[in-house]
Amino acid sequence: MPTEPLLTAEDLHLSFGSTPALDSASVEVHAGEILALMGPSGSGKSTLLHCLAGILTPDSGRVTYAGRDLTALHDNERSALRRSEFGFVFQFGQLVPELTCLENVALPLRLGGASRRAALRSAEAWLERLEVSDVADKRPGQASGGQGQRVAVARALVTRPKVVFADEPTGALDSLNGERVMELFVAAARDTGAAVVLVTHEPRVAAYSDHEAVVRDGRVRAREYVR
Amino acid sequence: MSIGHALLGLLEGGPRHGYDLKRSYDERFGQDRPLAYGQVYSTLARLLKNGLVEVESEPGAGPERKKYAITDAGVSDVGGWLARPEKPEPYLQSTLYTKVVLALLTGHDANDVLDTQRSAHLRLMRDLTRRKAGGDLADQLICDHALFHLEADLRWLELTAARLQQLAAQVRA
Repeated sequence: MPTEPLLTAEDLHLSFGSTPALDSASVEVHAGEILALMGPSGSGKSTLLHCLAGILTPDSGRVTYAGRDLTALHDNERSALRRSEFGFVFQFGQLVPELTCLENVALPLRLGGASRRAALRSAEAWLERLEVSDVADKRPGQASGGQGQRVAVARALVTRPKVVFADEPTGALDSLNGERVMELFVAAARDTGAAVVLVTHEPRVAAYSDHEAVVRDGRVRAREYVR
Repeated sequence: MSIGHALLGLLEGGPRHGYDLKRSYDERFGQDRPLAYGQVYSTLARLLKNGLVEVESEPGAGPERKKYAITDAGVSDVGGWLARPEKPEPYLQSTLYTKVVLALLTGHDANDVLDTQRSAHLRLMRDLTRRKAGGDLADQLICDHALFHLEADLRWLELTAARLQQLAAQVRA
């Protein structure tokens, strides 16, 4: 792939106590591409995602986003970057239970300084796009698992991030619901031009990616470009 | 895939010409492998010989104008076929298992064998996923069937990758 990568991890090492989680892990993510990080449980794929997203800081090695060294940034700079440039989808939506689904989607925009009215209007459009307008006024606990994940996808994309990090986004869903979430998620990400880093152990979910990197024993193996 | 049974099943809807039958088969089941005319007529000849179809000739018509109809024996043959489960065939795993063991025995990196295969499987799964997205319900169900099978192979690849050291110790002992 000829273009410069948007996000790069170089030679990352990270241990939790005496347990090594990453052992010289390196990977590149290009703008607008969907990369699946695959590998068995405990292989380090989620840890790698958290390092790429600036949530975890590696013991050594470097994470670069759009030319900026994430590992050298202060915590508050990293938080600001995460809020403005990154989106997140986790296995269990992690929506705020006290807010309605609509307010959950509007929240990142409000945190970014948007007016309540503008944020809600944009959130409404995203819920419609993810085909979950009917749960707008419900709290996440009143929505089904599949609906909750679509709300989470809407929340991740509402700020039009450059990169969305998704950690087992369909892990808690059945095949049919998981598939619908992936279809809508991938289509919306492609439309907005967001890159997606998708951690999954499910091959059928990985099949929505452009290519895969396999993490094993804290290292990245088998990275193949197909575009 | 039993083409004979598929053609018989299609004939249950009413008598048809060979070319009509081929077109109907290709539309429903032949996305990847359309039937050759020769295969249609040789299959019909076999079904005819076994009394599962009969010919309704049209006056003055050549062989290609023959209309085929399913017989009672044919109907019960289709019923029997539908009632019988297909033999599950773990053919691919056997080939891959052989490759992995041979890689270990000959000093090649067995992980490379598994990685290469995973890539090939995922490539096909991506194609099928894309085809599904643009297809109708029939396309989706056919692609899903292939996807689930490929996924099963991939799960085996992952399990084997996790057990490679153990397997290496055993085959090299």
